Amino acid sequence: MVKLNGEQRELSGKTVTEILNENGYDPKRVAVELNLEIVPKSQYDSMILKDGDSVEVVSFVGGG
Amino acid sequence: MIPSKEEMYSALEERHGKELQRRFAESAVVICGLGGLGSNVAVSLARAGVGKLHLIDFDKVDISNLNRQQYFPDQLGQYKSDALADTLRRIAPYCDITSRTVKLDESNIPELLADFPIICECFDNAEQKAMLVNTVLEYFPGKKLVAASGMAGLGSANTIVTRRIAKNFWLCGDGKSDVGGGLGLISARVAVCAAHQATMVLRIISGEEEA
Repeated sequence: MVKLNGEQRELSGKTVTEILNENGYDPKRVAVELNLEIVPKSQYDSMILKDGDSVEVVSFVGGG
Repeated sequence: MIPSKEEMYSALEERHGKELQRRFAESAVVICGLGGLGSNVAVSLARAGVGKLHLIDFDKVDISNLNRQQYFPDQLGQYKSDALADTLRRIAPYCDITSRTVKLDESNIPELLADFPIICECFDNAEQKAMLVNTVLEYFPGKKLVAASGMAGLGSANTIVTRRIAKNFWLCGDGKSDVGGGLGLISARVAVCAAHQATMVLRIISGEEEA
């Protein structure tokens, strides 16, 4: 199980890119933290989540 | 005649206490984007007596900015970096204010933000916000980053909050009110979000890092 934005999900074995695509996130508008560390964009395709990981996807909207 | 540096400093010390004012005066903050968020954050930090402020924006003051941004009609057409620096020097004549007229991107951020321990993300474009946050967290994991997302429209001000996302990353806003979603940006609600950012910056400087 992987915690995604506080919710336990069956996501182990998936890449960050897969998680973003499958959950409707625009990769150009997010920052992704894995276990409180930023995931560099260059690693979205290769970083594979494992049991016990905690992922926080911050999705930005426009306005300022 | 404006008051002397010593007179202004001691007035701030009376309000904030000696120790807190010393911390404010010794701090340095860079504000990235000088629109509704950045111009309001800058005014709050200058008034609190933050010692060094660096202002970055590539754009000029437009008539469409006047509904929410801290510019005057007689500043239309000026670079925001110049216009806001002028206003802040009237508010806080002894604050060390510097500015750059430049568009930040992945390649220049490591150089242009290197000198500042606290960074405010105050852009308006969602992709630009994500770019700045990703680049700063990747290159400068030790710096404090206070960003904002979700403050458009006229929803309740009570839905705007500050969240601590990671050790050195705070995010203010309601997280979802997009500028494209109907009503645009309205002065008071953008200012609430900017005040969340400025409050978090001052809390960090004071030594309190919880949101």
